[in-house]
Amino acid sequence: MAKMKFLCDSERCIECNGCVTACKNANETEWGIQRRRVVTLDDGEPTETSISVACMHCTDAPCMAVCPTDCFYQTDDGIVLHDKDLCIGCGYCLFACPFGAPQFPTEGAFGERGKMDKCTFCAGGPEEDPIVEKEKYGANRIKEGKLPLCAEMCSTKALLAGDAQVVSDIFRERVVYRGHKDGAWSSLEGGAATPGQMSQEEMAARAEAFATDATFASNTKGDIIAKA
Amino acid sequence: MNTYTTQTGSTLRGARSTGISPVQRLKMVAISLLALLCLTLSSTLWASTEASDAENRVKGNFAGAGYWREVSDGTEGYTTSKGREHGKLINVSGETWRDWRNRWVSPGGLYAIGGSLGLLTLVYLLIGPLKLDKPRTGKVVERWKRFDRTMHWFVAITFLILGFSGFLIMYGKHFVPDLFGYTFWKNLIAFCKLAHNYIGPIFSLGLIVMLISWMKHNFFNKVDLKWFLQGGGIIGNKHPSAGFLNGGEKGWYWLLFFGGLTVVGSGLVLDFPIFGQLRDTMQWANLIHGVSSLLLLAASFGHIYIGTIGSEGALEGMKTGYVDETWAKQHHDLWYEEVKDQAVDEKEVR
Repeated sequence: MAKMKFLCDSERCIECNGCVTACKNANETEWGIQRRRVVTLDDGEPTETSISVACMHCTDAPCMAVCPTDCFYQTDDGIVLHDKDLCIGCGYCLFACPFGAPQFPTEGAFGERGKMDKCTFCAGGPEEDPIVEKEKYGANRIKEGKLPLCAEMCSTKALLAGDAQVVSDIFRERVVYRGHKDGAWSSLEGGAATPGQMSQEEMAARAEAFATDATFASNTKGDIIAKA
Repeated sequence: MNTYTTQTGSTLRGARSTGISPVQRLKMVAISLLALLCLTLSSTLWASTEASDAENRVKGNFAGAGYWREVSDGTEGYTTSKGREHGKLINVSGETWRDWRNRWVSPGGLYAIGGSLGLLTLVYLLIGPLKLDKPRTGKVVERWKRFDRTMHWFVAITFLILGFSGFLIMYGKHFVPDLFGYTFWKNLIAFCKLAHNYIGPIFSLGLIVMLISWMKHNFFNKVDLKWFLQGGGIIGNKHPSAGFLNGGEKGWYWLLFFGGLTVVGSGLVLDFPIFGQLRDTMQWANLIHGVSSLLLLAASFGHIYIGTIGSEGALEGMKTGYVDETWAKQHHDLWYEEVKDQAVDEKEVR
């Protein structure tokens, strides 16, 4: 069974906020709710790095562990969803979430929180009627066999979504093609391999050896630069 | 250079023709897990142990140790999102809060409540309710005025509603849905949250008024020291002397004073998230609220026991305002000496 994960390649993210817009458009979230955001650290410095972040659909999800109503559940694909009918707006998921994903709309009287809203991996929520589901939880693209729109629309393919194994294969392949010393992981066998020292053929061979997914074996060397 | 290329090439070919060994497979899994971990989570390990080394190695290629150090320090970056604290990539203290709440406060509270109930059951079964030592005289003295009683029951009822709803917010999910089903649980927990949020501030007002107006009775003196030394009558067979309030009652007052005000303060922080309080503040408030309220709840059982089935004649005082002379003499002899000339016939006041 697939385990759905997001991964944002910080080397590719250009802070275009396309994912943010795509998410907002696909899910038509309420005013003030932004399920996905791009955070840029060291803005304007040489070390400037941007990462797009939303609910990461943790395997051991802290929100699930602290929710007083037990409104969270994990699909067979490892997507963390929640039942808005059960949610009481206590905010505990927000206190626990590592990524600041849960958000609460429309402050009621005395600032009371509304029903929590967060990224659903474009997998909708627990509602039979598709129209109600769309209104309450946003798009259910997974049911249609599609991946989350944020990742699908990412212009630089920095944001990857899908089965953890496939996503990590793609990322690892990129790292190898980028060819820096140790390929970022010092456990790689072989000596020094920096871009200037390694031929394209060699990079391809190395990437192939490390990609566990068979589809990567058919890569031609023409794609190599594009892949990094 | 050439030698190196050949070497690598042959190694790779060798590996492919003979298939992948389990060790290599394991290594691949480990590497892929590491890849995910590095990009999605802030890794303190990464930051601390291999900091400078790793930083040099990966600089310019992808977010390095320096970046993750900033993330795990909670540095705010730039974001277009207007959500509170959305500039922070990682909520650093979230996992600590979860751990404290789920591993310590939650089971700890059950031990406190269970221990208190167990102890009281033992006391009831082994020692039994404390009876009046002499027959009633039929004459009563006034102990609690109408205002005192109103305050007491106002605070008591709101306390019980808050205790009950708070208990369900903390532990309800472990048994209510299984016993009573989804719909019942959904409505109950929604009601609990509303009750907790709205009755909380009302309780606070009642508690503060009560604490202020009863403070004058509750300063400890030498009599109370003797009362405590005799364990409130458990040690030795003579009932220790007491004024209007005995040492135990004063102890409960000060527990309510400090514990109650802590619960109220932390509760208000959580109840009104409109003053810009951030996650860290609310995590602390939640832990403090949980610990102090669970302890108060556990202690309140003792108060309720002594006030009802634990001691004959005690409840009358809070119900009618008057207590029998016998009860007054037995439990609050010094106070009885002061007010015995005001004793009236029971029939006159009921």
